[in-house]
Amino acid sequence: MLKLKDRKRAIKNLSEELKRLMRGEENITIMHLCGTHEDTVTKYNLRSLLPENLRIVPGPGCPVCITPDEDLQKAFHLLEREKIVLTTFGDMARVPFEGKSFFYYKSKGYDVRIVYSVFDAIEIAKSNDKPVVFFAIGFETTMPSTALAVLDEIENFYVLSAHRFFIPAMEHLLSFDDVRIDGFICPGHVSTIVGVKAYEHIKVPQVIAGFEPEDVLLALCMLVKAIKNEDIVLMNEYTRAVKYEGNVRAQEVMDEVFGRDDWEWRGLGIVRNSGAPLKRKYEDFDALKVFEDCFRDFEPKEDRRKKACRCGDILRGVATPLECPLFMKACTPKNPIGACMVSFEGTCNIWAKYWR
Amino acid sequence: MDGVVKMCIAIPGKVIEVDYPFAIVDFKGTKRKVRVDLLESLKEGDWVLVHVGIAIQKVDEEEAKKTVELLEQIGLG
Repeated sequence: MLKLKDRKRAIKNLSEELKRLMRGEENITIMHLCGTHEDTVTKYNLRSLLPENLRIVPGPGCPVCITPDEDLQKAFHLLEREKIVLTTFGDMARVPFEGKSFFYYKSKGYDVRIVYSVFDAIEIAKSNDKPVVFFAIGFETTMPSTALAVLDEIENFYVLSAHRFFIPAMEHLLSFDDVRIDGFICPGHVSTIVGVKAYEHIKVPQVIAGFEPEDVLLALCMLVKAIKNEDIVLMNEYTRAVKYEGNVRAQEVMDEVFGRDDWEWRGLGIVRNSGAPLKRKYEDFDALKVFEDCFRDFEPKEDRRKKACRCGDILRGVATPLECPLFMKACTPKNPIGACMVSFEGTCNIWAKYWR
Repeated sequence: MDGVVKMCIAIPGKVIEVDYPFAIVDFKGTKRKVRVDLLESLKEGDWVLVHVGIAIQKVDEEEAKKTVELLEQIGLG
């Protein structure tokens, strides 16, 4: 967006502005909610530019990371029992449960296919007689594409929904006693869909921000000023892609296909109205309904290997990867244990990438 | 694309050709066919954000300029 020379100057001036604004102030903690924001913060080492009393912590902004093991086990359960083609995104395929992942199943001869988009899964279904199940993860950014695929009504295409609505999680985060949040940097791409209006009921200062380093620092400046003035503001710094109404057509297809339920998130527990099951009128495309019999004996288990893993605390913003005993020891990007080390948007994976 | 799919990332690209529900979008020289039926009245030359094979929003060049101006006031001043 800016030329390199201008960017350097913007970053320098914004960090000086932040230091000036924070002089003599109490501690302020800002949570951002998107893996891509964490990538920007870590890649450009923005934390080193902040005054000591201003912290920016990553929240649960990584769909792969917050997908609980129970959902993953359901997909494995189905794959082991039915002759299906299982399709999912590449990040998700590497998340282990008891050492097994979708890639593990693929290596054992199960028909697992990595797709870039749900529409690739649709193409597979059209050229295949077997049932094709799409293990669907992601927030409001991704949900409309799955909804459109369901509306295509392809006979042998089914969705195993692990989709979750993000906005309820923000309210949920504010209910924890051990999580301090003075303001949010709202997730840019979720916002393109839900619009500015979706955040109006959340009563802390918020800025919807883009993904360049200057976007993030500018958002921090806006938040610090608001917090100092005790203004509960909602500002949009990412006006180039986020409108007040959001993408109304996307909201319509999402609401047409998905209901709302209280579902679990890794690290957050049950989040009210955050789950996105397929509505009953689309149950012919709902893997949970179509393969109902297969799930009768389904019992989720705990993964003992993840006992020491602090993914949950990291997703809640109460621990950093450096406080996890497994980080870069037993758990590395090559041999991940926790989901936060698997996904390119997971905090552990990002910290590992820029690890010196 | 194995393993490199970023879930929440959306990539900006320029629309080359529209044929609803699809369009050809140019991402810095790489052209891909993507779904565009979440956006109305898209035309050649528009910029869009594409996420997992579907355009989710138009990118507004005027607004992009305004952000630069805002940065110029606060960040570059």
